[in-house]
Amino acid sequence: MGESASDVIVLDHVSKRYGDFVAVHDANFSIGSGEFFAMLGPSGCGKTTTLKMIAGFEQPTSGRVLLDGVDVSDVPPYKRNVNTVFQQYALFPHMTVFDNVAFGPRSKKVDESKIKTSVMEMLEIVRLSEFAKRKPSQLSGGQQQRVALARALVNYPSALLLDEPLAALDLKLREAMQIELKRIQREVGISFIFVTHDQGEALTMSDRIAVMSQGHVEQIGTPQEIYRSPASLFVAGFIGSANLLPGTVKSHEGNDVVVALKSGSTIRVAGQAQAHSVGAPVSVMLRPERLRPSNQADGTGQSLQGTLTDLVFQGATARMIVRLSDGTELTCLADSSARMPQMQVGTSMNVSWDVDGGYVLAGWPDKAGSTSTDVDHIESTL
Amino acid sequence: MTETVERNNRIARNADRVGLGAMILASICLVALGAHWVSGPMVSVIVLVLVAVIVGVLVLAYTGGPEARRLLAPYGLLKPGMLWLALFFLAPVWSLLRISLSTKESRFSVNYNFSWAFENYTKAFSDFGKQFEHAFVYAAIATVLTILIGYPLAYVIAFRGGKYKNILLGLVVVPFFTSYLIRTIAWSTILADRGIVVRALNAVGLERLFEWMHIMDNGKLLNTPAAVIGGLTYNFLPFMLLPIYVSLEKIDTNLVNAAGDLYSSASRAFRKVVLPLSIPGVFAGTLLTFIPAAGDFVNAQFLGNPNTSMIGNSIQDQFLKQNNYPVASAMAAVLMVSIATLVLLYTRIFGTEDLA
Repeated sequence: MGESASDVIVLDHVSKRYGDFVAVHDANFSIGSGEFFAMLGPSGCGKTTTLKMIAGFEQPTSGRVLLDGVDVSDVPPYKRNVNTVFQQYALFPHMTVFDNVAFGPRSKKVDESKIKTSVMEMLEIVRLSEFAKRKPSQLSGGQQQRVALARALVNYPSALLLDEPLAALDLKLREAMQIELKRIQREVGISFIFVTHDQGEALTMSDRIAVMSQGHVEQIGTPQEIYRSPASLFVAGFIGSANLLPGTVKSHEGNDVVVALKSGSTIRVAGQAQAHSVGAPVSVMLRPERLRPSNQADGTGQSLQGTLTDLVFQGATARMIVRLSDGTELTCLADSSARMPQMQVGTSMNVSWDVDGGYVLAGWPDKAGSTSTDVDHIESTL
Repeated sequence: MTETVERNNRIARNADRVGLGAMILASICLVALGAHWVSGPMVSVIVLVLVAVIVGVLVLAYTGGPEARRLLAPYGLLKPGMLWLALFFLAPVWSLLRISLSTKESRFSVNYNFSWAFENYTKAFSDFGKQFEHAFVYAAIATVLTILIGYPLAYVIAFRGGKYKNILLGLVVVPFFTSYLIRTIAWSTILADRGIVVRALNAVGLERLFEWMHIMDNGKLLNTPAAVIGGLTYNFLPFMLLPIYVSLEKIDTNLVNAAGDLYSSASRAFRKVVLPLSIPGVFAGTLLTFIPAAGDFVNAQFLGNPNTSMIGNSIQDQFLKQNNYPVASAMAAVLMVSIATLVLLYTRIFGTEDLA
């Protein structure tokens, strides 16, 4: 991995083991200055351990953590120029909002007069100026969250670490705070590294995402890269919802791959011929929103036939479950306005998509079909 | 008919006032009985009133509907405790104060004449000033010692105990399954002149240092002020340790992590975060230790000498041996008032809003 001068944090082949259990295996990536970086994965994937190693609460078993180019692997947290926003905020309950925010500068023995200006400035940025004299218990969850942010940011750290920062908030507030966090990050220009198990949160806020699973970093990339070209079946199923159809590569047609599905149909996927040799076991990923369900065959691109088993109106979109002849279920996400009235549960359906709408991944999934209708799958990602 | 219903409704709506009134009336009845305000046939009258009040409230609760029951419930729950306190605290305190202002015709007389005899109080102060002083000084030193010993112990159990937490707490509490007296008498064996501690000190040659620190007196450890204070410290340690443990245990370790993350060294994190958050425990422990220690007479009796008597010993002596109830009562009243004053002052100065 290339290290550039603007990298704030570099993880150099970092591993963490607890006895026989490998919490983090060979994490090797760097985070740039001013970047909004997400570590995403199901619980127990090692993302929080990685964050703690950056913060200094855990020491790596092997490898190095570099902060601003300096090896800090053995430096205790209070001597590292990074700050953490804890999951439950960990605000000091016996102190006012002002004293909470002033805690860091006071530890560093900054002038009390300077502390006052910088604390009030930071409270201004998080829009809590008028709450300076309150105790944390007198604030709402979202306000406490912003106090925690201000308390960390007032130290102008090299990087801010956020451990599931929005997990304790309810849905509406979480969405508003995502935008607020992004705004604050732009305003202060500090790198944010945040840990989440919520893929929507990661996609909304991050410049880059590291997807982790069972201690391994599965893929690092921009939200678009990760969504469009996942590196593995795990990433495909974890980010957004996906329909995964197992099969084998039958042939190459130019740059395209022809896949013989286990269900018997044959479909073509654009590009990727170099990546998958003939005869290899592969899965074709179809994103629900790329699928076009209809009553008649529209004759364009690729298609599969099945029966409509469920139709859920969701406002702007409608979610349809189409069962193929071999029992595999596909989830389709369609514009709810147009042809919905004619569609009845039980009618036969033609599901089509453009040849560049599919994506081929190596290996077979545990269960063919839609990841978004599989309760076990969803639970395992939470 | 409608009038009765109307009246019943009014009572049901005001059931809370009825409940409060009934509780006060019943308490007064019990104090009157317990403190011998009445005698002869009046006793039966009071008992009848008491029964009538309780039955009346029960009838109201039964017939008044859900609203009346909801209003009565808090008083129903308060009542057992209130009545208990009325009979076993208010009535005895009344008797005590009354006797403290009474005189007896002779030492062996059993009748007291209430005569505003304030000389009992003068006597309590003039004859037993030393014992009052011992009580408060020893109790204060013992309280400070229990903090110094108990706080670190509670800290280690709460933050480093891990899976052994409950075992360690158990070890703190287990000795207290033995009787208070037995434990104190055991200490007199341990500290005896030819006991294990004194011999060990002699062997190591530390007795000089201990003499210089006024812990030992002429080669003796037992029957010294130090032994009494040591006994108090030992006996009240759990009352200090447990509240401190509870307040430390409640502290989220992430707060300590957060302090570290915000550039605080371990000692600053302790001073600024852990210590302030555990003060309510120290406060509660201080009250639980100082109050009973100031009134204690067991430790001074078994571990002290006649010159280390605490006020508890004098009160016990005046009550049970000298049969001088008036002066004993005056001393008990003074002890009660002084402790109450000290506690109030302490609460004012150090009290935290969490406890208020």
